[in-house]
Amino acid sequence: MPLLEVNNLDVCFGLRSGAVKALRDVSFTLERGERLGVVGESGAGKSVLGFSIINLLSRPGHISSGSVHFEGKDLASLAPGELRSIRGNRISMIFQDPMMTLNPVLTIGVQMIECLLAHRRMSKADAKRVALKKLQQVQIPSPEKRLDQYPHELSGGMRQRIVIAIGLLLDPDLIIADEPTTALDVTIQAEIMDLMLNLCEQNNVALILITHDLGVVSQVTQRMLVMYAGRIIEQGPTKEVINDAQHPYTQGLMNALPQMAIPGQKLNQIKGSMPPLQDIPKGCSFNPRCEYVMDICHQALPPFTRSGNCQVACHMMAESAQDKLQLKEV
Amino acid sequence: MAEQNNSLVQISDLYKRFSISGDLLDQLQFKGGKLTRRKEYVHAINGVSLSVMKGEALCVVGESGCGKSTVARTVMGLLTPTAGQISYRGERIDNLSDKQMLPYRKKMQMIFQNPYASLNPRMTIMETLKEPIRFHNPSMAASEIRDKIAEVMLSVGVDPSWGERYSHEFSGGQRQRISIARALAVDPEFIVADEPISALDVSIQAQVLNLMMEAQEQRNLTYLFITHDLAVVEHFGTRVAVMYLGTLCELAPTKQLFSNPRHPYTQALMSAIPRLEDNRPDYIKLSGEVPTPVNLPTGCVFHGRCPHANERCRQEIPTLTLLDDGTQVACHGVEENRV
Repeated sequence: MPLLEVNNLDVCFGLRSGAVKALRDVSFTLERGERLGVVGESGAGKSVLGFSIINLLSRPGHISSGSVHFEGKDLASLAPGELRSIRGNRISMIFQDPMMTLNPVLTIGVQMIECLLAHRRMSKADAKRVALKKLQQVQIPSPEKRLDQYPHELSGGMRQRIVIAIGLLLDPDLIIADEPTTALDVTIQAEIMDLMLNLCEQNNVALILITHDLGVVSQVTQRMLVMYAGRIIEQGPTKEVINDAQHPYTQGLMNALPQMAIPGQKLNQIKGSMPPLQDIPKGCSFNPRCEYVMDICHQALPPFTRSGNCQVACHMMAESAQDKLQLKEV
Repeated sequence: MAEQNNSLVQISDLYKRFSISGDLLDQLQFKGGKLTRRKEYVHAINGVSLSVMKGEALCVVGESGCGKSTVARTVMGLLTPTAGQISYRGERIDNLSDKQMLPYRKKMQMIFQNPYASLNPRMTIMETLKEPIRFHNPSMAASEIRDKIAEVMLSVGVDPSWGERYSHEFSGGQRQRISIARALAVDPEFIVADEPISALDVSIQAQVLNLMMEAQEQRNLTYLFITHDLAVVEHFGTRVAVMYLGTLCELAPTKQLFSNPRHPYTQALMSAIPRLEDNRPDYIKLSGEVPTPVNLPTGCVFHGRCPHANERCRQEIPTLTLLDDGTQVACHGVEENRV
């Protein structure tokens, strides 16, 4: 049984101007200890996906159809009490901005111990010992001192380490990290990513890494999803997707990276920008920006087609797969 | 020196500090039974000398808090330097009055990081673009102004018929195009761009970068480009200046800097870029954190995190030295051939 199974998930935000579908028909599975990257532009639905897994969506957002199964249990149908025992305990989440995640008026120690006592029956002294151990694991210098400090006394990189330490406190099976290094500098980002990778490998923790940085995804994850306008458009092993992208959008994204172009030459740009979720074009949502657009792209949603170990939602792939089938029959 | 003849903007020995000690009452404190007055400063720039050549794109990179944006703002005259000089085509401009500065303002324009904040939400795009043109060319006829606006809007790929719209009606990429159009409207020679693409998505970043490169070709612009994204620098920059804690550690032509970084900090920065090709990061780990610019370390500002630091680095501040290959680097280790 996979650790996490997401099936045909639809997430809807009911607004006065009408319902906005932030996620459409999202399905994927995650095995124990696997690291999955979710990439896409802002507004593609990456963060909503992270939130909806542990049902942190707040009104007017809600899961309108589909299911999220964690170790076989349907998270959407759990009672709030049961869900609380999973949140923070078995599945923990790391957010982008550590200053927003940490409570500014409580010391680091209080916040860590509170989290432990909420989920485990243990004495305060034991909880403190565990907190210290976790701070050591994330390589924070002089951890005893940190327990008595407030978040504002620490630097950005240090705060994000603390947030990671809190995420690891209860030895979760799954960590959802939503842009964990976007607010940090490159040298600190490299340290934090390396740290997360090692911790996940050592403790066999599964990771969902939500980011817009393809470089980070390629270094940390084993599989990746590419999202566009609320849908998954390509998924597969990270190396294959990055080295041999099939969907025109993924290709465009790779080619738009400055390191892919000859210095001084023009970058390969994707024309236009992502449509707002209120008015997504009919058929394939990428069709106004796609350079290979065909008639069928305006009419029907592209189905997922297998290509190697990847799955791609593009009519071009579907057609060439059909051609191959017909060839076989002849 | 050939370098000086060709330079458009010259920054020499620039210092900028900001007081963080508050007003007089905040500065007073009792210490050992005595009333003392204490002043504290953030030392944002500490002796930076740079010259921007005509027609080049000089990129300034560094981590947050290293003073790169302060350099940009001081060059533009938005901040007055604490010490040092800034000259434009050989004329000193940092000590001019607002009125004397006016002709230079027309030649130097700035593009800001956040297009959501740098466009006035209560002005239509037409008004936003009209303002600088009218201000700098008071004698221009209304029809000429209209033609000029249409021309710059077309050149940045924004439909002139959208002129009556407000900035909130545009996406982030379009807004950044409009701020570029505003900068280009007065036909400047020199543009300072402070992180112009870091608030944008990857596919939009490429569009804006291409636009800036096109404008440079067509109008023979000179850029001072502030960024933290090294991949962009490699693509866009003619020369790169690497800053750390308010000082310049390395200045080199782009190709050279990327193929052969000399300063230990540059080397660490290069190795930290997430790349698509290799599997696991094999980066140079820096110990510790960036010190605060309030209490600067003695000697080389990087010595606390540098794997090659020795006693001399802790005592003596290194100066930029020109190496044989044209790279300028401020490091005792490189000078002594041990790095």
